[in-house]
Amino acid sequence: MKTENQKAWFFVLPVLILVAFNALVPIMTVVNYSVQETFGNNVFFWQGLDWFEQILRSDRFHAALGRQFLFTFLILIIEIPLGIIVALSMPRKGFWVPVCLVTMALPMLIPWNVVGSMWNIFTLPNIGLLGYFMNDVLGINYDMTQQPLSAWITIIVMDVWHWTSLVVLLSYAGLVSIPDAYYQAAKIDGASPWKVFRYIQLPKMKTVLTIAILLRFMDSFNIYTEPFVLTGGGPGNSTTLLSIDLVKIALGQFDLGPAAAMSLIYFAITLLVSWLFYTLMTKDDAK
Amino acid sequence: MAKITLSNLRHSYLPNPSGPADYALKEIDLDWRDGGAYALLGPSGCGKSTLLNIISGLLNPSEGRILFDDKDVTDLPPDQRNIAQVFQFPVIYDTMTVRQNLAFPLQNRGVNQSKIAERVAEIAAMLEVEEMLDTRAAHLSPDNKQKISMGRGLVRDDVNVVMFDEPLTVIDPHLKWKLRSKLKELHQRVKATMIYVTHDQTEALTFADQVVVMQEGEIVQIGTPVELFERPQHTFVGHFIGSPGMNILPATVENGAAMFHGNAVALEGNVTGSGGTTELGIRPEFIKLSDAGIPARVRKVSDVGRHAVVETIVGDIPVKAVVDSASVEQGEEVHLTFEPAQTRLYRDGWIATEVAQ
Amino acid sequence: MRKRSLIPILYIAFLLLPIYWLVAMSFKTTGEILSGFSLFPQTFTLQNYIVIFTDPTWYWGYINSILYVSLNTVISVTVALPAAYAFSRYRFLGDKQLFFWLLTNRMAPAAVFALPFFQLYSSVGLFDTHLAVALAHCLFNIPLAVWILEGFMGGVPKELDETAYVDGYSFPRFFVTIFLPTIKAGVGVAAFFCFMFSWVELLLAKTLTAVEAKPIAATMTKTASSAGYELGLLAAAGTLTIIPGAIVIYFVRNYIAKGFALGRV
Repeated sequence: MKTENQKAWFFVLPVLILVAFNALVPIMTVVNYSVQETFGNNVFFWQGLDWFEQILRSDRFHAALGRQFLFTFLILIIEIPLGIIVALSMPRKGFWVPVCLVTMALPMLIPWNVVGSMWNIFTLPNIGLLGYFMNDVLGINYDMTQQPLSAWITIIVMDVWHWTSLVVLLSYAGLVSIPDAYYQAAKIDGASPWKVFRYIQLPKMKTVLTIAILLRFMDSFNIYTEPFVLTGGGPGNSTTLLSIDLVKIALGQFDLGPAAAMSLIYFAITLLVSWLFYTLMTKDDAK
Repeated sequence: MAKITLSNLRHSYLPNPSGPADYALKEIDLDWRDGGAYALLGPSGCGKSTLLNIISGLLNPSEGRILFDDKDVTDLPPDQRNIAQVFQFPVIYDTMTVRQNLAFPLQNRGVNQSKIAERVAEIAAMLEVEEMLDTRAAHLSPDNKQKISMGRGLVRDDVNVVMFDEPLTVIDPHLKWKLRSKLKELHQRVKATMIYVTHDQTEALTFADQVVVMQEGEIVQIGTPVELFERPQHTFVGHFIGSPGMNILPATVENGAAMFHGNAVALEGNVTGSGGTTELGIRPEFIKLSDAGIPARVRKVSDVGRHAVVETIVGDIPVKAVVDSASVEQGEEVHLTFEPAQTRLYRDGWIATEVAQ
Repeated sequence: MRKRSLIPILYIAFLLLPIYWLVAMSFKTTGEILSGFSLFPQTFTLQNYIVIFTDPTWYWGYINSILYVSLNTVISVTVALPAAYAFSRYRFLGDKQLFFWLLTNRMAPAAVFALPFFQLYSSVGLFDTHLAVALAHCLFNIPLAVWILEGFMGGVPKELDETAYVDGYSFPRFFVTIFLPTIKAGVGVAAFFCFMFSWVELLLAKTLTAVEAKPIAATMTKTASSAGYELGLLAAAGTLTIIPGAIVIYFVRNYIAKGFALGRV
């Protein structure tokens, strides 16, 4: 049991100062912008909640939010099961374990804009490996700078390539923590492989899977650099996800007020959904 | 319920074993009587868990056959052998209720619902866990979890053998004896063959009718608790069983008589065989402190309740004796007498005296 | 068994394919890249790498990135250690709320913070320094480090601390000579994740730098747009960004495997 000790605050203080410096000041700046209007020259006018209303009613925001949810939904529904399947079929011990872990972690260690450039080079029609294969070998017309569907498939495959390993590593961590006796008991009890998965492996992976789903949700919902480098949000607006749109407004058009209001709405949605995920997935334990 | 026969069983974890040292199990031949309560006793790494896993089918032996009621099951997987196993750490299905846990092995075998309900109720009553049938198994205490994993084994009425792999390791000391007597009671009620693996002699001796003592992949002795205590076939058994264990003293044999530290020692019977390294074995319980006999000096006296353990040295060889009351003190010069009927000679570890007539 | 290992093999092949393509491209001449498809470099050239290693704007990009990433890893892990200890050992006023608030900072879209960060670090005079990027990355790395370390520390029995105090250790001495070595796998895992997330992040790093501390990734984007379509050079620069990460993961590979098994991660 933990002991009550208010002096523990001193241990937390450095963390608190550093994170607060980075989090509070910028967020206050954002809040400040979100309720004002500027015509340049550092002259600001009180605007109230007009920006928020405007954003929440704008079709552009709805479209970007819709694309964002679709993207995140597809990411989760592909990466989580795929990650679990790969983790289940990985060796549990021996020489190949570190080899697998290291190669699988590799995509996660590549700077995000390089990931974008890399997939750009990979998918170029006629000279990229994938582009050449699709167009010149399979005869499928594939060009993500022209077709929204190709662009969508490319950013999804890219994200699966980039991040499924996180789910694999976390699920694998859950799997190796299961003692052999569980598998032996299941064998003796005559359980089928599906029942072993359903009643032994899945329950033991629950904690790590919660973390995996949460991390993947947060990061895919906030994704910016990779799709921006790869498609720039195009063709047209077809892959303009929420954060790409946000940066377009903030830096492209320099509309600070709407951009700030949108940031806060964005942040609030992320927080809300994460919290929902978290409470849903940990509900059983509380009982 | 079945008789279990192990024939010429050998097992090595290496793919190409070359010498005896590569074998975790060396040449096991053994019959387990139907309905018997057996204990498999030995220190860690003696091969007892390997043997258990071979019987349950979790491991395939390198050589030899396993027969259940004279039917060869060597190549059958665990679920077709109709065995039950209780592990060191309680294995329960966390997300299920206690009832679902108990029903699980039956459901997997396609038993009909009414039969399942009947068996679960029966086993729950036997284990006294009826009132927790509908709670989630994850929330139980370790001893109850262990009871449930036992129950999963007993719920099938066709089990050939129930095996326990050090089942009391994680149980609180004050609950250990309770669970142990529950086990004993269960054995009498279900009459299944039971094999209990442990390194704890108390657990083995209280549970089993027959104790199988193992060391370094070999069976050194099979016998009732009394036999193991009184006439160990091997110095290892003598040393391992009893508290304190048997005194094993270097000795020579001259003209059929044993000599220990220059003193002639009377044995239980005639010496057999010749050559090799010879040792005397005598339990501390059968050594008396007296006025005449082998001279020794008391090094330490510890009172352990009903009796006292006197540690002495003869020359530089330690000899322990158990006496009713500690009438001697540290540093005192005493004389030891060995009870002849309980004094045995061991040659290269194995017993080398004939039974007294 | 054989059939089962097919899945990881296919998965790893899928992961390596784009990486292979990047590396293959980096050894091709621009002419060859644009002239059409070739699976292997036809005229093998090191020209792209020579450009990078002789041009200071290129190689300083790498040095800058490594500097601020290392700085961030050290800062994050150092301040996260006592905080994680406090969370794992003590109850105090507002501890749960604080922990959750820390985690929420991972959820803030970096895009949201880009502009305010620029203003904040400009106003305190840290703009275009390595320290600025290192501090900014603390926003998402400290919460992560606290979270990971707390998991590992929770697995160390409290008796260890108590025994040390009974033996007359002062807290700092206990922490450094006994506690740290016990959780070194956790420190390795936390440092690895901090390194990783700081190394791969670009938006903030680009926003907070101009010349002096410009990260390699920013140099790359500039090249991609200004110098025309120099794909070979871009590929070579990209290939070189994979190497530091690969080295780090090679060193911590055992910690990762062990850390995953021990910690609650």
